[in-house]
Amino acid sequence: MSRLWSFLTATRGRDRLHWTDWVSYGYLIFGVLLMFGPVVWLVLSSFKSPNELDRFPPRFLPYAQETLEIEGFDSPLLAFIVTEGELTGEVVGQTRRAAGRAEVVLPADPETRIRIPADTLAPIEDVAFATENYTSLFERFNFLQFFWNSTFITVMATALMLLVNSMAAFVLSKYEFRGRTAVLLLVIGTLMIPQTVVLVPLFLIVTEMGMFNSLWGVIIPGAATPTGVFLLRQYMITIPDEILDAARMDKASEWKIFWRIIVPLSAPAIAVLAILAIMWRWNDFLWPLIVLTRTENFTLQLALNSFQGELQTDWPSLLAMTVLTLLPIACVFMFLQKYIATGIASTGGK
Amino acid sequence: MLRIITPVMRVIEIPMLALQRLLGINRLAWVFLAPNLILFGLFAFLPVILNIFYATTGSDNVLLSDRPYVGARNFVTLTDCGNYLDANSCREDKFWRAVWNTLWFVTLQVGFMVGFALLTALILNRDIRARGFFRSVFFFPVLLSPVVVALIWKWILQREGVLNAFLDWTGVGGVNWLVQADWAFGWSVFISVWAHMGFYTLILLAGLQAIPRDVYEAAIMDRASAWRTFRRITLPLLAPTMLVVLVLALIKGVQTFDEIYAFTGGGPGTATTFIIQYIYEEGFAGAPRLFGLAAAASLLVAGVLVVLTLIQLWVNRRNVNG
Repeated sequence: MSRLWSFLTATRGRDRLHWTDWVSYGYLIFGVLLMFGPVVWLVLSSFKSPNELDRFPPRFLPYAQETLEIEGFDSPLLAFIVTEGELTGEVVGQTRRAAGRAEVVLPADPETRIRIPADTLAPIEDVAFATENYTSLFERFNFLQFFWNSTFITVMATALMLLVNSMAAFVLSKYEFRGRTAVLLLVIGTLMIPQTVVLVPLFLIVTEMGMFNSLWGVIIPGAATPTGVFLLRQYMITIPDEILDAARMDKASEWKIFWRIIVPLSAPAIAVLAILAIMWRWNDFLWPLIVLTRTENFTLQLALNSFQGELQTDWPSLLAMTVLTLLPIACVFMFLQKYIATGIASTGGK
Repeated sequence: MLRIITPVMRVIEIPMLALQRLLGINRLAWVFLAPNLILFGLFAFLPVILNIFYATTGSDNVLLSDRPYVGARNFVTLTDCGNYLDANSCREDKFWRAVWNTLWFVTLQVGFMVGFALLTALILNRDIRARGFFRSVFFFPVLLSPVVVALIWKWILQREGVLNAFLDWTGVGGVNWLVQADWAFGWSVFISVWAHMGFYTLILLAGLQAIPRDVYEAAIMDRASAWRTFRRITLPLLAPTMLVVLVLALIKGVQTFDEIYAFTGGGPGTATTFIIQYIYEEGFAGAPRLFGLAAAASLLVAGVLVVLTLIQLWVNRRNVNG
């Protein structure tokens, strides 16, 4: 502990912490609570039983009442500890409860049923992570279908986007041809046309191409991105032309040069773009909401949204589903955090 | 992975090689560009043109040939107002409510977000321990999907949620947050700032770290106070980055939809209905589907975005050259 403390309070070159350092650390720790706290709360809540979720005020950790297996009873009985009367301190199993009175039995003596006031019983509880919320997702909902839809869209769209964008970036960085400036301007022009402002005509085009209510209707329209082209082009420009010339001397075709030389050498930039694309597609909402209207085509995001829209929100399932939806992104974040940060900083978002 | 990719690439090579022999290397460039350009044309430029057709035609048919020409009627409907400051006096009052909500939202959201992002970036730029950790903590919510962000906060803010439990415990008493218009709007701004702040913090931090050290050393030599150093060195040198951040935040703020739609559904009433939700509801969620109005509203939004994007490109260019 003291080592940790000295690590945290050590300063670089200065003797001791200035008051502004204390304020800074205070702010940052508040930030950690504010940024991570809600997610931690979500995850803990998702492991609570429906009864526990209804409880107000809520408790921090998920609890579940213990049960007793008592001879002569088919199902386990809820365990209580008696707080008043002659049985004080005894652990009992409850068989029935009505009108403020409870019928209980002692584990040692299952034959005798004892009636005592219900308010003298305190439940015996223990921290328990209920997994029913998760397992019920697979039983009651078409969770795997939603998961598959999301995965299919994400993987296909990312692959298509990487191929199409790197082909364009290759030519725009390594070829001198008439019209190159015009094409570059065109690509910049598309920056000004976000999907949100062309929803109606885009819907017509996608419908006319027979992609309404099809996963391809979500995959194809977003496959060419100006961000992707620029990010890759910026990187490919730094690849020396001599390598290409040498390959041409050896009679390599242009396609071979592209995928044997350019693509492997631009791997870092392609990786960054891939991560961004996965994130965009996995989290995409508005366009899928318009194109996919049948439940069996829903992505996870759409399914989440539609379940919470129902009159009585089914929080136990919803919480578990939310956790499973953010899980892949959280994993990507943990392992590839550094790339994501540089990628986003260098492209300025979408 | 390679096992799938390599054969695919080999197959593509056959027609590409044929085309290369046929066209020559320079004209082959267009073959490489073709998929991208076709996609851009089909899903970006063609829609812009079609949008104009939609905006000038009526009825709820999606096929253009079935839509009668109505001239500027959709725009007249949208802009027919007794008093632009009062949405109730407008024919399409929902549109103007959405416009005013969006303006308020963007002002508050961008203001708070850039303010807190700057504060966070300044603190992260100090000599602190575990900077990487703290940076990624603030960045983490950026990766969450809008629906997840909405649900996380809805769970906290619900009537019997943890925030109300805390307020009850302190004696303040809980509030039914998402049922009261002003609170719902306030929380919408809050979750939007919460979710996107990290992104701008990252850009501002990069901007701060690009300021040369020796300028600060010179300031120390001159015994400049911390405040004066901040005002006279940090702020002016950070100004270009600030401008980029501001314009980017505005472009995204105007297009806010996902997280607020999942969070409040635009309600209570129309308290948190923004302009993109208006377009979505007129064009796709309601019956009849008023594609004309939706397209006309889209064109108005597009106008704003084009101006903002041109400013962004101009700022970027100036930053690169300057």
